[in-house]
Amino acid sequence: MEGIRTHILVCGGTGCMASESEKVIKNLGLILKAREYKEEVKIVQTGCFGFCEQGPIVKIEPDDVFYVRVSPKDAKDIIDEHVIKGRIVERLLYKEPSNENTINKQEDIPFYKKQLRIALRNCGLINPEDIYEYIALGGYEALGKALTEMTKDAVLDEVKKSGLRGRGGGGFPTGLKWEITKKQESDVKFIICNADEGDPGAFMDRSILEGDPHAVLEAMAIGAYVIGADKGIIYIRAEYPLAIERLNIALKQARDVGLLGKNIFGTNFNFDIDIKFGAGAFVCGEETALINSCEGKRGEPNYKPPYPAEKGYWGHPTCVNNVETFANITAIINRGAQWFASIGTEKSKGTKVFALAGKINNVGLVEVPMGITLREIIYDIGGGIQGGRKFKALQTGGPSGGVLTEDNLDTKIDYDSLIEIGSMMGSGGMIVMDEKDNMVNIAKFYLEFTMDESCGRCTPCRIGTKRMYEILNKITSKKGTMADLDALKQLCYMIKDSSLCGLGQTAPNPVISTMKHFWHEYLAFIKDVDHPQGEGKYVPKNKIGIKS
Amino acid sequence: MKIKSIDELRKIKEQYQDFVQLRKQGEGNSEHVEVLVGMATCGISSGARETLNAFVTQLAKEKIVGAKVISVGCIGYCHAEPTVQINIKGQKPILYGNVTEANVSKIIEQHIKGGKPVEDLVLQVDFERA
Amino acid sequence: MVETKKMIKIIINDQELSVPEGITILEAAHQVGVKIPTLCHLDLHDLKMVNQTASCRVCMVEAPGRNSLVPACVTKVSEGMEVNTHTTRAITARRMAVELLLSNHPNECFTCPKNLQCELQALAAELGVREIRWEGERMDYPKDLTSDAIVKDANKCIYCRRCETACNIVQTCGILSGIGRGFDVFVGPFANIPMVESSCTYCGQCVAVCPTAALTEVNHTAKVWEALNDPDKHVIVQTAPAIRVAIGELFDMEPGTIVTGKLVTSLKRMGFDAVFDTDFGADLTIMEEASELIYRIKNNKTLPILTSCCPAWVKFIEHQFPELLEIPSTCKSPHIMFGTIVKTFYAKKHGLDPDNIVVVSIMPCIAKKAEAKRPELTKDAHNNVDIVVTTRELGAMIKEAGIDFDKLPDSEYDKPLGETTGASVIFGTTGGVIEAAIRTTYEWLTGEELVDVEFTQLRGMEGVREAVVNIGGKELKIGIAHGLGNARILLEGIREGTSHYDAIEIMACPGGCVGGGGQPYHHGNEEIVKKRQEAIYQEDRNKKIRKSHENAEVLELYRQYLGEPYGKLAHELLHTHYEERERI
Repeated sequence: MEGIRTHILVCGGTGCMASESEKVIKNLGLILKAREYKEEVKIVQTGCFGFCEQGPIVKIEPDDVFYVRVSPKDAKDIIDEHVIKGRIVERLLYKEPSNENTINKQEDIPFYKKQLRIALRNCGLINPEDIYEYIALGGYEALGKALTEMTKDAVLDEVKKSGLRGRGGGGFPTGLKWEITKKQESDVKFIICNADEGDPGAFMDRSILEGDPHAVLEAMAIGAYVIGADKGIIYIRAEYPLAIERLNIALKQARDVGLLGKNIFGTNFNFDIDIKFGAGAFVCGEETALINSCEGKRGEPNYKPPYPAEKGYWGHPTCVNNVETFANITAIINRGAQWFASIGTEKSKGTKVFALAGKINNVGLVEVPMGITLREIIYDIGGGIQGGRKFKALQTGGPSGGVLTEDNLDTKIDYDSLIEIGSMMGSGGMIVMDEKDNMVNIAKFYLEFTMDESCGRCTPCRIGTKRMYEILNKITSKKGTMADLDALKQLCYMIKDSSLCGLGQTAPNPVISTMKHFWHEYLAFIKDVDHPQGEGKYVPKNKIGIKS
Repeated sequence: MKIKSIDELRKIKEQYQDFVQLRKQGEGNSEHVEVLVGMATCGISSGARETLNAFVTQLAKEKIVGAKVISVGCIGYCHAEPTVQINIKGQKPILYGNVTEANVSKIIEQHIKGGKPVEDLVLQVDFERA
Repeated sequence: MVETKKMIKIIINDQELSVPEGITILEAAHQVGVKIPTLCHLDLHDLKMVNQTASCRVCMVEAPGRNSLVPACVTKVSEGMEVNTHTTRAITARRMAVELLLSNHPNECFTCPKNLQCELQALAAELGVREIRWEGERMDYPKDLTSDAIVKDANKCIYCRRCETACNIVQTCGILSGIGRGFDVFVGPFANIPMVESSCTYCGQCVAVCPTAALTEVNHTAKVWEALNDPDKHVIVQTAPAIRVAIGELFDMEPGTIVTGKLVTSLKRMGFDAVFDTDFGADLTIMEEASELIYRIKNNKTLPILTSCCPAWVKFIEHQFPELLEIPSTCKSPHIMFGTIVKTFYAKKHGLDPDNIVVVSIMPCIAKKAEAKRPELTKDAHNNVDIVVTTRELGAMIKEAGIDFDKLPDSEYDKPLGETTGASVIFGTTGGVIEAAIRTTYEWLTGEELVDVEFTQLRGMEGVREAVVNIGGKELKIGIAHGLGNARILLEGIREGTSHYDAIEIMACPGGCVGGGGQPYHHGNEEIVKKRQEAIYQEDRNKKIRKSHENAEVLELYRQYLGEPYGKLAHELLHTHYEERERI
């Protein structure tokens, strides 16, 4: 690093990637090279600046200058003016949105409310660092009620009847998970909160932990009571310092008033929670990998069975639930399973928090009842596509999901319908693409993510995703052939069919679904000698019974 | 103090009824004016800390007693961060978006002191809390 | 063990069969003659080494009702389960997994040390891989050539993690683990420090189970040829007990074939000036170790005594239990003792300058390579071993020399220093060293003749064994462990004061030297190791003399040169010391 005087940080978050930050990086690099400044200036691709609407974002360090909406052609000015001459490029600085815009937006918002906030009910309303504000709004009453007025079975029954399903992505019925863990005969059991949120562009869990940490602690205690655990663990990525700080404050306050610890509410129920930190490996969100990581082992998944409910943390029955799942629990206990089950669709009850990003006007977090349509989310809540451009596609389920198109906009979304139309609920990332986005590049972006996040344990995911990425690179640089497309397809199905854990099994999804819906965009890159327009019939070789 | 029973918990809750009424509906007997600043990671990175500091210093300078500046979590309006909610007895709570430092004095002047919301900055709340 | 397991019905490739509940699809398929290819999977049953990472995804099979293919090596059968092992879908996935592995594997089979021994290569042939469709980036790490024993070539690591299982679960050394993640992942020492800086014992069990050449021994054959071709050098070779029952495998002989005579002939044809048997050194070791044991018993000194023949085990205790360094015997290991005798007594007798003598040890062991380089054993060039080659390396040299091994006539080891006993032969198996020591200790302590020399209570394959041997009214409590994980169990008992033994034998490798890291690859078939062990005991029974202290040439050596066993000169030449080492 010696000799580097300036760092150019370019946002590599999903939102910004969708808005061409990759090209910005490329141009910055080329110009630096041309001006012979490569030795002194380093370009760093960073995580999301949290400012997606203004992307692509470029920050110059140590000058602490923040440029927004940087287009690839702005790279020249940033280097020549700022980096070389030290003059700030005024036109790229962030400007406050004009009041006009705000008013316009206000008018856009329909008078009826599409959002219902259960998991986010206290976020933005209470001081997360004051347990009494939480109590004032009914906090810890559900725990008190469960411990003093309800049997374990009654609490379990309530959760089961509510129809709540895991909000981490898989959608496994929460009550059933609790029941299986409860049934295991063991003196030692654990309940773990999975706060290893890792989908690019997703920050639902972070917001809950930062805005309403006690809701999670209380729900963990309720779950622990049901399954018979006296110890809980929150596994959180170390990249969430503020969430960790607020969790620590919440834990201390809960212990101080006796809502965690021994004989809670004067009963013989004891429960306390530890925080364990993840280093941010995406695969650690997979529950067996998470448990390995908690035990201080390499964060990689194990073959299931045995499931954590049978043999989890240090071999003891362990229930792992996601932050958002927990955030629904107290509301269910307080207001009843019936109320909760009245919201949503037949098989998916309640609400889901989504992080809206990409080419949408109102970038942000929303919580909507299951069964809402994508159109309502994008146009009524999200305020439509930026610049009034045309909607092209929507990615749900993060790197494990797929793209949805115009045709799917009126689907009432829930766990099952999303799978039916070729994507999945996932943890709640929702990224909107407009007509200017190239879908092959989008698929490549997601694949690069899973490739980087693969733990490397199994062959298909370790080497297969790498080869897929290489083929996609070849295609997008217009050097691909029809044979490459065929190879890519075969890899997709093999990796899906053979990988050890969910990360690998779903890694090809973005490619599969973009191939399905936007095949012509793949073909457009192909400049095959035999197929100048990427057309014609290609006969794949060495193909044995691949379903495609 | 340890909370040893659900009754004790409910007693605490009751003591806070004025607070809840003000916070939720702008009703009740609380004489405080509350300034809730969205201080989650996203808010902070969009300048919420500067906004919060500006409220604290300017409210002190204006000698407005009974106004409390409170940091809260995120309401999800990333497109309009920093967000600030003003709760005054007898008024519906008002949510503002894009409250940069520069807008703070305007809100104090017009809304907190004058009782008239700064229309330009008002965000329509499009959600219901359970 | 008689255990009635519930039998369940399953269908494999349309064949209905009844199998015990709890076995894997792989095991069940085996019963009906269906071979499902595997790569990462390894199960050494009685030797207690099982690798079930299910990571290579080669054994994928189709089970109707499951969304995806399932790995046969870890998926347990269940009542009514249907499995199709060779559908096009399964075969394609399997072959693609191998193709993917090959796409990130150096294309250098011709020059690879594992050529024709490589399991990946064999699998590619078996699956009919004729093309690698996915060309792309390959791993590019430098080879780790830092240690005297093991070469690590991360580029050939296919991440099956057998070595990790051997190192962590079986040997509990904790050296090897996954480094990095994703495409660049490989197995290596923590933080990818050089092998030489790690606490590796060089037991070589990682090498023994590595399917490719990611882990191999340091090749010293060129050094041997160089010495043999140097007219000024007098080159002596010695062969360890476990070589004679294993090297035949390299020439397509049945495992457990005893080829002592052919081994000697081949070495003579290669041009060694004298061919000796490390067994002689083993008898010498017993003379010293039994004396030390009796000395410790009679003088109420520290007990138990621990055998010190195994260099990996010695390095293990130095790293892992430095507080127990008082208890191992101070005896050098047999081949080092022999090297010392060659460069002193033998040199003098033949009027040779020890500087011109090269001692080559043929060992079943990789750790012996590092042992021979230990500073305290090399500081005096007149009492050491110069080159150590493994059974595998010798096999390669014999082939290089154009020697048709199985057609060779038998010959005898050179004399003097060539006579050996049954006691020294059994050094090659777990339980053998202590049995040999007991045969001598018994007669020395009681003054009576030991009629039945076979102590069957000391034999077997259990990882930790205990036996009480009655010697003239005194009960000696014996402990035996093979595999360093089992050694750890014994040592922890001693450290905590919960177990009391008088003498303990430890061998680092499962099965003892017959299962050594330098032996012909067993490729996951533990029967091979068992057959070698049987052969060792057979060779013992073949010997007229079966007690070390009855080895006439050994006794002559003491009379002519060394003086009293455990005496002054013996101490100087045949004993050593240990040092505390860091645990990384």
